[in-house]
Amino acid sequence: MSAIAQPIPRATLADRVGRRAQDWVPAVVVFLLGLAAWQWLLPDVLHVKRFLLPRFSDVMTTFWDRRVTLWGAGWFTFKEALGGFVLGCTLAFLLALVLARWRPLGRALLPYAIAANAIPIIAFAPITNAWFGILSPWSKIVIAAVLCFFPVLVNSLRGLTSVPPESIELMRSYAANETAVFRRVRIPTSLPFLFTALKVASVLAMIGAVVGDYFGGSTKALGIQIQSSVTLSQYEYAWSAILVASILGIAFYGTITVAERLVLGWHPSYRRSKE
Amino acid sequence: MNAQSVVSIAGVSKVFGRGGVTALHDIDLEIGSGEFVSLIGPSGCGKSTLLRIVGDIIEPTSGKVVVNGKPARQARLDRDYGIVFQSPVLYDWRTVAKNIALPLEMLGWERGRRTRRVQEMVELVDLTGFETHHPWQLSGGMQQRVSIARAFSFSPALLLMDEPFGALDEMTRERLNMELLRVWLEMQSTVVFVTHSISEAVFLSTRVAVMSARPGRITAVVPVDLPQPRTAETREEPRFFELVTEVREQLHAAGADAVLEEAVLE
Repeated sequence: MSAIAQPIPRATLADRVGRRAQDWVPAVVVFLLGLAAWQWLLPDVLHVKRFLLPRFSDVMTTFWDRRVTLWGAGWFTFKEALGGFVLGCTLAFLLALVLARWRPLGRALLPYAIAANAIPIIAFAPITNAWFGILSPWSKIVIAAVLCFFPVLVNSLRGLTSVPPESIELMRSYAANETAVFRRVRIPTSLPFLFTALKVASVLAMIGAVVGDYFGGSTKALGIQIQSSVTLSQYEYAWSAILVASILGIAFYGTITVAERLVLGWHPSYRRSKE
Repeated sequence: MNAQSVVSIAGVSKVFGRGGVTALHDIDLEIGSGEFVSLIGPSGCGKSTLLRIVGDIIEPTSGKVVVNGKPARQARLDRDYGIVFQSPVLYDWRTVAKNIALPLEMLGWERGRRTRRVQEMVELVDLTGFETHHPWQLSGGMQQRVSIARAFSFSPALLLMDEPFGALDEMTRERLNMELLRVWLEMQSTVVFVTHSISEAVFLSTRVAVMSARPGRITAVVPVDLPQPRTAETREEPRFFELVTEVREQLHAAGADAVLEEAVLE
């Protein structure tokens, strides 16, 4: 038996970095080709007009020259998105815990949560402006929070209740109470589901905050600046602002992904190679 | 019920649902301290149901179960038994060591004592070097050894095992049979073991309880007088084959032929 029972050797760091690089090379090549097309192919060969898509180097120049205003606006809107994300996700997970603990309540409310998950909540953005005032950050925080709420609620509840019956029977055999079952089994089981939802929610929160601005808001906000610069034919500035929104959105998503890897290091989807 | 009795099952019946499917009918069984009793029968004879009733995971419709001189409910609340399922039921977010430590945490053992016991159990089931591995990094047989170590870790008076080797290949199963007997002798515990393999039941047990299907009843109890400790040679002794034949005939007598094909084939 001991001949079979050998610890599995882990791949060395160099091996893993090498394999990673091979995975990334095609993506980097596509990225550089895309930039080249934007810079030369579209304006010079296909004669794409400036109001459709300004030349890459022009956008970059504006992006650099106006960086203080742009990042100020980006930070302003990102704070709204982050506030909405934290608020919406926290409330959704707490409600999921309640619905998982008292299942009849969950069965009564879940169909509505699923239905709400399918409606275009962004359509409510003008309404939250009316509720909290156009200039109040709360109108954007609330729309972002509502956008985050339903996917997190539905996914967390699914995770909390997808525990195999034998896992629960095992805890029963230890005379575990409901709190222990949640803490030691249900919540850890739900974490992969939760993080999937958080990644979706991080994107939705940025969309909510930026699009919320389109219906009116502070001139310091990114969405308002995109809208007004297009009105004033400042297309390079509009594209620079969109670039800021994209960088913030990707950074937000990336942060959640890193957190997921740290928290879910145990999960089989992150399994280290066995040889 | 004598003083040495660990499990006393008296007149236990179980009817499922309003339609009234009788899973178990009037079961009586006494299991003494240090015994290894197998429940064998065709699929659907209620052997897993009976095991879960002994563990107070489900309640009987009628009848009484006494474990360690207490009602089954109290025995569960006092953590008097360990349980092993057909699937290992390990938590992926816990390492091997932490999975074994789970019941010790529930019992409120302090850290130092937990660590020492986990180390003993890891050595007992021959998993040294795998303490910090996660369950999905182990083979099925190794996972089930973790599950057994976890069940034995807090030295419960009673072990309930529900076809623990049913999903493993024959080689692994026979090896784990040997290991289980070694651990059982070392820990001096009492085991109730559900299986549908005749040879496994005879090899492991001090007694084999034969069950019939629909309604589930105990139709015979076959004492196994093979000497301890049992070895690989035990499976080749004439007495072993006689007992296998006897259990098989009892299963036939119970009218299990039609549904027992998988067990007879072994």
